[in-house]
Amino acid sequence: MLPLWLLPALPVITALLVILLPAKHTKFVSLAGTILQMMAVALLTVSFAEQRREGNSSLFLFDEKIEWFSSWNASLHFGVDGISVAMILLTSLVVTAGILVSWNIEKQGKEFFILLLLLASGAYGFFISLDLFTLFCFLEIAVIPKFMLIGIWGSGNKNYSANKLALMLMAGSALILVGILFMYYQMPIGKRSFDFVTILSNPLPLQSQLILFPLVFVGFGIFTAIFPFHTWVPDGHSSAPTAGSMFLAGISMKLGGYGCLRVATTLMPEAAQHYSIVIVILAAIAIVYGAFATMMQTDLKYINAYSSISHCGFVLLGIGMLTKSGINGAVFQMVSHGLMTALFFAVIGMMYARTHTRKVSEMGGLLKTIPFISAAMFIAGLCSLGLPGLSGFPAEMTVFMGGWERPETIYRVVTVLACMSIVITAVYILRAIGSTVMGPVKNREFEELPKAMWNEKLAAVILIAGIVIMGVLPFVLYKLVNPATQEIIKQMATG
Amino acid sequence: MPELILILLIPIMPFAAFLLLGLANGNFIKRWAGAIGTGAILVSAGAALLTAYDYFFVYGGSGGAYRKILVTEYEWLQFTPEISIKMGLLLDPVAVMMMVVISFISLMVHSYSICYLKGEQRFNIYFSYLGLFTFSMLALVMSSNIFQMYIFWELVGVSSFLLIGFYYQKPSAVAAAKKAFIITRFADLGLLIGILILAFEAKSLDFEAIIGQFGHGKSASVSTSSAWLGISTISWAMLLVFIGGAGKSAMFPLHVWLPDAMEGPTPVSALIHAATMVVAGVFLVARLFPVYYFSAPEILNLIAYVGVFSALIAAIIACTQTDIKRVLAYSTMSQIGFMMFSLGVSGFGEEGLGFTASQFHLFTHAFFKALLFLCAGLVIHEVHSNEVSKMGGLRKSMPLTHISFLIACLAIAGIPPFAGFFSKEEILLAAWERNKPVYWIALFTSALTAFYMFRLYFLIFRNSNKHLHQPEHREGSAGQMVPLFVLAAGSVVLGLIPFGRFVSSDGRPLATELHLVFSIAPVLLAILGVSTAAWLYNAPGNRPQEVSQRLGNLYKAAYHKFYIDEVWLFLTKKVIMNGIGKPAAWFDKNVVNALVNFSGNSTIGLASKIKKLQSGKVQLYGMVYLFTVIASVLIIIFFINRN
Repeated sequence: MLPLWLLPALPVITALLVILLPAKHTKFVSLAGTILQMMAVALLTVSFAEQRREGNSSLFLFDEKIEWFSSWNASLHFGVDGISVAMILLTSLVVTAGILVSWNIEKQGKEFFILLLLLASGAYGFFISLDLFTLFCFLEIAVIPKFMLIGIWGSGNKNYSANKLALMLMAGSALILVGILFMYYQMPIGKRSFDFVTILSNPLPLQSQLILFPLVFVGFGIFTAIFPFHTWVPDGHSSAPTAGSMFLAGISMKLGGYGCLRVATTLMPEAAQHYSIVIVILAAIAIVYGAFATMMQTDLKYINAYSSISHCGFVLLGIGMLTKSGINGAVFQMVSHGLMTALFFAVIGMMYARTHTRKVSEMGGLLKTIPFISAAMFIAGLCSLGLPGLSGFPAEMTVFMGGWERPETIYRVVTVLACMSIVITAVYILRAIGSTVMGPVKNREFEELPKAMWNEKLAAVILIAGIVIMGVLPFVLYKLVNPATQEIIKQMATG
Repeated sequence: MPELILILLIPIMPFAAFLLLGLANGNFIKRWAGAIGTGAILVSAGAALLTAYDYFFVYGGSGGAYRKILVTEYEWLQFTPEISIKMGLLLDPVAVMMMVVISFISLMVHSYSICYLKGEQRFNIYFSYLGLFTFSMLALVMSSNIFQMYIFWELVGVSSFLLIGFYYQKPSAVAAAKKAFIITRFADLGLLIGILILAFEAKSLDFEAIIGQFGHGKSASVSTSSAWLGISTISWAMLLVFIGGAGKSAMFPLHVWLPDAMEGPTPVSALIHAATMVVAGVFLVARLFPVYYFSAPEILNLIAYVGVFSALIAAIIACTQTDIKRVLAYSTMSQIGFMMFSLGVSGFGEEGLGFTASQFHLFTHAFFKALLFLCAGLVIHEVHSNEVSKMGGLRKSMPLTHISFLIACLAIAGIPPFAGFFSKEEILLAAWERNKPVYWIALFTSALTAFYMFRLYFLIFRNSNKHLHQPEHREGSAGQMVPLFVLAAGSVVLGLIPFGRFVSSDGRPLATELHLVFSIAPVLLAILGVSTAAWLYNAPGNRPQEVSQRLGNLYKAAYHKFYIDEVWLFLTKKVIMNGIGKPAAWFDKNVVNALVNFSGNSTIGLASKIKKLQSGKVQLYGMVYLFTVIASVLIIIFFINRN
């Protein structure tokens, strides 16, 4: 097995190579780097499954610890469980697809790819960190490049969007930092540590949990568009370049969900139970309200951004339910939404490159002129509305089941509300699909459009493969994620 | 014992056709798509017939009853240790019967479509979609787990969407496809929540476990323990499940998508919107029938009334429509209403005539309704219009189509000895025995059925006094005519099957016999309906117009489909879009987002105020210093004096 630190290191090495080599090699070096990365991730997944099958039941596998700031007792502590492996798999797919769709970027290609790679490095590091300080550092690495991606390569009202996104995410980070430091100073002198496993075995007193939990949960929640701190999502996504949107929705929003689960809920289980009702209500608002707001959007990127608010609501809903199925569903939804929304943004980017519009009302009949891209859009849309056979269905259904498992009336009401989104989603998705890829060709110029290029096809195929595999064989992901979820539930019962 | 490979072949062949025709894009595939698709379904239909034979005559029965056989099962997704989605294959009489109907009608439609869609650019895609539909529908009826059924339930919904919108450049087709999907999705919400409730009440998602728990005489007392609004939890669940079924089966008021769905290619209407998918709701109620009967009798009663009401209004509307496919669509809705209320009035076991009759009617209806649509397709190709006003006197130029259509009309009107007569008689008898009001409405509706079907017949094939150009002798090709003859033959003889011997509510053979005396009234009424149609539409003059004027507002209301579409439009456009969607979008932009911007702007504003303090002007600092000292001194003096 390769050491875990290679995962965040590989993109950095690739980025260094990109810097050193002449600009004409940039694309190929980046692609080679990400393919290497994919292989590493595949190896990790296989050996993880192997170890689990052999009966290695320790909480985190491939544990490794490198001293870092020894005076603070902060170290580079890495390790993975099933949930992190799922997120790493998602990251590698989205990163590869993102690199592929950026193939023809014209302006400052070198810098663009370097930023993408840095972002990937931050995400990988975040998902393997078992030390809160390290985790926070990686989180920041994953945020800052986005500001530049939007500010430099963005479109529309990009400065406003970049500022808004950076400020809101920074505010979230600030809350997380305060929470982490608070946690650190809660511990007796001499035993202070940022280490996840240490904190897990010495849980905080209830009183401080109750103060800390909202800080950390909302901090990470901002990343995953918790209501009412979701407003960076529509502007940020719509101004970002294609790969930027893909990374933002496919990876960055997952950082938040993962943090809510791993840091907030797992480390402070009693507070999680205490606030569970608030979380699920906010999540249900995000789901229904986000879906209704989507119905009124006319720009494809806004449609997908608002629908992301709705879909990420399922992640928070699942976590807030604190049942096994709820948490499993939340992880499924993170993976599913990451793949689906990356595909959606990739397709929107491809369409925009050809039609120079993102307005639903100006397109029409694209299935005739660009059949491959339109079919990919169709699949993304069907996945979004939760069609069985694609990844959205097992994810949403697991969340619903997890919600219904709670017998209290209020949880059931919330679950029913969330179920309602399957209808509203169908309305806006069919509206978007019906008037872009179906219908008569509205614009004479769209009669002849360039067909999909190899890199675009490959990117779409990678993401569609992920969506279909998860949709048809959800038990594979279940077997990966479920043991980790059961540990969290066990913690909650004992803690 | 059942052979797994043979049974697996039934759904897998169409699925393989779907993948092959959908993904491959070579010229060979494009040219031979029809043959490949048809061949796959041929294998599937053969396997289904063999399985049906084996089931009914070799291994299915034991101890005088047909068993439910769980052929195979695989855990697909677990929620809790008890509750999990399993992919299984369940054989029971209803499933086997449905399997045969679906694969057989699908085979006919495949064969018919080869010529019907010749020259179509997306020929292979069409057959790919048909394969997807057939696969999903077959898997739906063979499901052993209610969530598994829900999965395929959604998949047939999306196949229906894809096929209705097959001519995707036609705005009306896209709108119809969207409407069909969204309305059935809305109904599916009920089904989903019903499943959630049921899952946690029964602690399982398997049909066997659910029926085992709630589908016998002792369960009624168990389920009344928890109730809401005076109705037990299990009844709520079954009501919600029925809403799902009502959506797919186009029951009032969720039927509005079905007539619009006729925008799809005509063979698709024959397969999906007449013979198979739309009866999925009937199948769902039949599948859970013991639960309805023992644990939710009030819902079963509701089903009877919803069914008979849908049958009635659809028949009334069908009398006034002028689009041939829409008449057939309303007729489908009306006939499904018959199947529904027949289940609704049925008893269990010895008294389960309604159940058997409902399934019998589903079986015969699939044949004659598919036949009607396939004939309509040929007629539409001939005159290039759906409007009956453009048709007339076609019996001379299309004699074989004419005969087939006539047979189907006789069957649906319930004239002996055609198939529809036997199944409809059983339904009426079941209603007579158990629910008189339903019987009277049903009797009236069956007279209307004869009327509107023969209205269509006379308008299309007789009534040659119209000055329309009469084309040469032009029938469909062999690939189209053979399915017509096969279906016509089915519509003639299938009524003679002793259906109760095979399909009944508890698996035990049910003796059904013909009551000749009882049949007199329905048959006379049917003949009356036919004669009225002949008097109105097979005669010179303006009789139809005169009658419609005399009927006044009733005619107008029926012609406008009782304005149900308008109500839906109002609800969706005005109430949901403008009432909820727009305010939500507005709120997000002008309240939530404005607050974020405000906090940003006010920070900047505050900063710009504060930054003036650091101006670097010593005079200003001195002024402020002096002023502060004086103010402080004054305040201190003030406080000292007060004490």
